[in-house]
Order: sequence, then structure tokens, then C-alpha cells
Amino acid sequence: MQTSLGTPTASAIAFFVVIVGITLAITYWAARRTRSAKEFYAAGRSVSGLQNGLALAGDYMSAASFLGIAGLVAMKGYDGMIYATGWLVGWPALMFLIAEPLRNLGKYTFADVVAFRLSQRPVRIASAIGGILTVLFYTIAQMVGSGNLIKLMFGISYEWAVVIVGAVMMAYVLFGGMIATTWVQIIKAVLLLTGVTILTIMVLAKFNFSPGELYKQVTLAQQTVEVTTQAPDPANPGATIETKQKVQQPIGQGALEPGGLVTSPVDAVSLGLALMLGLLGLPHILMRFYTVPDAKAARKSVLYATGFIGYFYIIIPIVGFGASVLVGRDLIAKIDKGGNMAAPLLAEVLGGTPFLGFIAAVAFATILAVVAGLTLAGASALSHDIYTHVVKHGQATEQEQVTVARRATVVFGIAAVLLGVVFKGQNVAFMVGLAFAIACSANFPSLLLSIIWKRFTTAGAVWSILTGAFLSVFLIVISPTVWVDIFKYPTALFGLKNPAIVSMTVSFAVGILASLASREERAEAMFEDEKLRTYLGIGAE
Amino acid sequence: MHKSAHDLLESADFKNLVRKRWTLSIVLTLALFVLYYGYILLIALDKPYMATKIGEATTLGIPVGVAVIVVSWVLTAVYVAWANTSYDREVAKLRDRVKS
Repeated sequence: MQTSLGTPTASAIAFFVVIVGITLAITYWAARRTRSAKEFYAAGRSVSGLQNGLALAGDYMSAASFLGIAGLVAMKGYDGMIYATGWLVGWPALMFLIAEPLRNLGKYTFADVVAFRLSQRPVRIASAIGGILTVLFYTIAQMVGSGNLIKLMFGISYEWAVVIVGAVMMAYVLFGGMIATTWVQIIKAVLLLTGVTILTIMVLAKFNFSPGELYKQVTLAQQTVEVTTQAPDPANPGATIETKQKVQQPIGQGALEPGGLVTSPVDAVSLGLALMLGLLGLPHILMRFYTVPDAKAARKSVLYATGFIGYFYIIIPIVGFGASVLVGRDLIAKIDKGGNMAAPLLAEVLGGTPFLGFIAAVAFATILAVVAGLTLAGASALSHDIYTHVVKHGQATEQEQVTVARRATVVFGIAAVLLGVVFKGQNVAFMVGLAFAIACSANFPSLLLSIIWKRFTTAGAVWSILTGAFLSVFLIVISPTVWVDIFKYPTALFGLKNPAIVSMTVSFAVGILASLASREERAEAMFEDEKLRTYLGIGAE
Repeated sequence: MHKSAHDLLESADFKNLVRKRWTLSIVLTLALFVLYYGYILLIALDKPYMATKIGEATTLGIPVGVAVIVVSWVLTAVYVAWANTSYDREVAKLRDRVKS
């Protein structure tokens, strides 16, 4: 099959120009509504439950979920489905444990909640470290991924791709703040859900709308595998000659069975904990809860988001399986070894170059939106937590806050582009796992303890956050993911691929012990007041 | 603190509401843990079971994986349904008491 992937086709450019044009027009409109800090950080708290649900889905469904999981299913089969479920199960936990208290207690960032009744400066500094590390690793993974993907799809150079993404997303955040970012997320979520739905329907139409038929055809589809045969060496008795041969054979039933992804139970549970509870510590997700007017809208937005994201993860495997039959594993691997181009190639087979152009533009919009959300979260930690509360002791004027937030956006945006260029060609897949590990080990324990535990103290919060952050970074470095895969040492010093089960437990333990060893009567007294706000919303922003 | 606010915090109604909220949250969180980690551990410990054919080629693992996602959403919906009716009504009553 001839593919126009990698060449900038007219349709791809047209869709790309339309999407960027519309989002920049919205940014222009939003810029005139972004004057106060409340508007810049929280869209004036005017976003509805449905809108925020879509925007949360937009923030969360990255190019890695769309192209990555479709590719994983296409190349590895059922293992891709196991991975997909892990990305969803954090949402109910977010609802049950922190969504409403988070909305009622905070103002612009999750650090507002942790610092609510504790000493502002130490807690803000620690929370900002946890928050910025999470956002930074997540951003590096997104930038490197976007450079590679855009290069594959449009054929422009990696550096230009990173610069274009950086420039467009900075325009959104800098001028339109949270209002523009929210609308970019909503547009992206609608486009992505529409695109994947059309792909799914087109795939199913090829198999008489019978998933069973699709699965059967997956097992029958051909793929090239390398087979090693051994034969006695005629010239050298007793020895054997190995010959490697490439043969075509059916994919087989294995594609529909669990494979190598889940083997060790402890490893699997540890990764599961990071994916599930890491969501409860992702600053760019938590920040979205301040854009809605009250806890009720926060609750609704989680239900909508869970519905959209769940639907997405249920249908995306059909796209992946469809690609292994209709495109074939050989061609997918030839274009990109990781399988990331499975969905765009499938779009080309099913709808020709125009549909490929549409899907490529949707993937591009997906990248832009996720990076914009991350940049806003990173900038908020710098400006709201560090500048306003640590440097200015909470005494910054409205005008000052907005100016500093915009400067922080520029700083974070430029850093994102530079890091994207620095990490070109590096294996950064582990950085998403690292971001989730830090989120669930540094940010989540202190957030939960500050909401539910009266005796939680400043020392407990600071030690819990710092321990969680540095322990998860350290353990990932000496784990198989970095120590063996990147540094090429033969064996890892720490056995688990994701450290969450250890680092999160230690972080909770340190938070509790350090709290018990110190005492803050003011914080305990404030806990009672806090309850009115947590549960009834009295005094909430 | 304002007298009525303090009374409210000490009232049986408020304490009951907070207890009910966390009881439901913890029960649903446990259900979610059993659902998801049950699924993962089932795969880790008994792959052949998940590979059981239930159609011409379809394996048991496929509907089970979809069910994990659907049930997760249903658990979220259960919480929201409770909160929108029972919880919000109680909250409205208690808030009125502080105002009056």
C-alpha cells in the first residue's frame, strides 16, 4: 500500500489551518475576558459541568492514549486493552475521595487545599516542587512525542514541530488563560471523540458490525515473523548452524489473550496504583475543578468526564484491532516501530487521504491541548504558589498576579520547547510513568491527609511531599525502566518497573509519623471551621 | 467562630451527614479496588482463564475488560445519584440553619 503519511497533503494542512484558526479566534475572544486572576487561573468559575467534563477529558486523553493505545492493540493485541482500563479507573477514585472537598477548599491550585490550615510558605514551596516535577516530566514526554508524531505525519522537522506546538499553545495560555485553554480542550475532546467514533463505525462496517467477526479476522491476518531454525553443520560435526528466516504466518489466537504486559502481580498492582491514584495528584487535572461554580458542578463534571473517557477507551481497541487486519502489522511496523501510526494508516485505508488529513489534524490538536493545560498548571504553581504566597506573603495585587502569571507562562513555555529539543531522540516513555508515580506519591497523600485528618501538620505535609517526590524519582532511576533500558546495566537495583506501591506507602507513613511527632493547635482548631467549607460549601470561593 | 456555626458542627445531623458521605465513599472505593485489582490479579495469576474462548475467536478477557470500564462508570454514577438527591438536600437544610 502507498501511504501519503509523512507528506503534508492539502487536506491535512486545510484541517490543521481550520483547527488552529478557530482556536486562535477563541483565544482572541477569551483574551478580552481575561483580566483578573480569577479569570486567568479559573475561567471566572463560569464553566458548566458538561463543559468541564469535556475539558477534563480533553486534558487527559493525550496523543499517547489515542495513537499509543491504538498502536499497542494493533501490534500486541489484548495487552493494549489491559493498559486502557488502567487509564480510566482513577476517575471514580477522584470522585469518591477528593473532587468535592478540592473544589470547596481551594482557589486556583491544589496547594491551596494542602496549605489551607498549615503554614503557608513551607507547604507552598513543597507542593510547588511536587506539582512542577509532575508537570515537567509529563510535558517532556508530550513534547518529545509531539515532535516525533508531527514529523511522521506531516514530514516537517522535529525541531520545527516542537517550536510550532510551543508557539501555538503559548498563545492560547498567555492571552486567553484558562478560558481559552478550556475551550481548546472542549474542541479537541469533541474532535477526538468524533474522529475515533467514525473510525470505529467504519471498521465495524467492514465486519458486518460484528465484533466477533473482527476478532476472528485478527487471528487470521498475516504478519511477518522471524523464525530461527537449527540444522547440523555438515562441515563441523556436533555443531549446529542457525539460520534466520522471515516467514509469513497468521497472527493467531494470542492477539486476543493476555500476553507479557501483566506477569508479576506486584509489578502490575504497583503500576495500577500509579495510574489510578496518580490522577488524584495531577496538577493540570486538579486545577480544572476551580473553573466550575460549585461542588455540585464539580461532581457532574467527573461523571461526564468518566463517561467520555470510558467510551473512548472502550472503542479505541476496535480501532487497533481494525488496523491489524485492514492495514496489517507489517506495514504499521515499517512506518513506526512503536506502532503509533496504526490509527492514521487505518484512516487512510478507510477514508483515503482526506480522512487521513482529518485524523492527523485531530492528533495535532490533541497534542496542543494537552501541552496547553500542562503549561497553565506549571505556570500557576510558579506564579500563584511561589510568587504570590511565598515571595509576596499572599499580598499581591490583582494586576500583579495576572502579570506574573503571564510571565510564568512564557518561562514555562520556553522551558517546554527547550526540553523538547534537548530530549530529542531519547527514550522518554518512562517519564509518563514517572509523572504518575510522583503525582501519587508526592501530591496525593498530602492532599488526602489535609482533607480528612485533623492532626495533619506542616511538618507532616512537607516531609510527605518531599519524600514521595524524591523517593519515586530515585526508585525509577534504579528500576528496570531506566537502569536497564536506558543505562544498559545488566540488572536493576530495584525490581519494580513502577515504584508507586513503595513510594506512596512510604510517603503516607512519613506524613503520618511527622504529624504525630509535631503538634499544631491552630491547624487542629481550623479543621472544624474547614469542615463547614468542605462538606457544605460555606465560604467556598 | 459564630455561635450557630459551632452548634451546626456539633449537631447530630451534620455529623451524620459527614459519616454517611465517607461511608459511601469508602464502600465505593473498595468496590473499585476489588473490581480493578481483581481484574489485574486475575490476569497475572490465571492467564488461561482469561484466554477461554467464548465465541469463534473472542476470549473471555474482552468482555471482562469492557465490563471493568462500564462498572467503573456505574460506580461513579451511583455516587453522583446519591449526592444529587440525598446529600444536596441535607446540605441545603444545614446551610439554611446557619443563615437563620
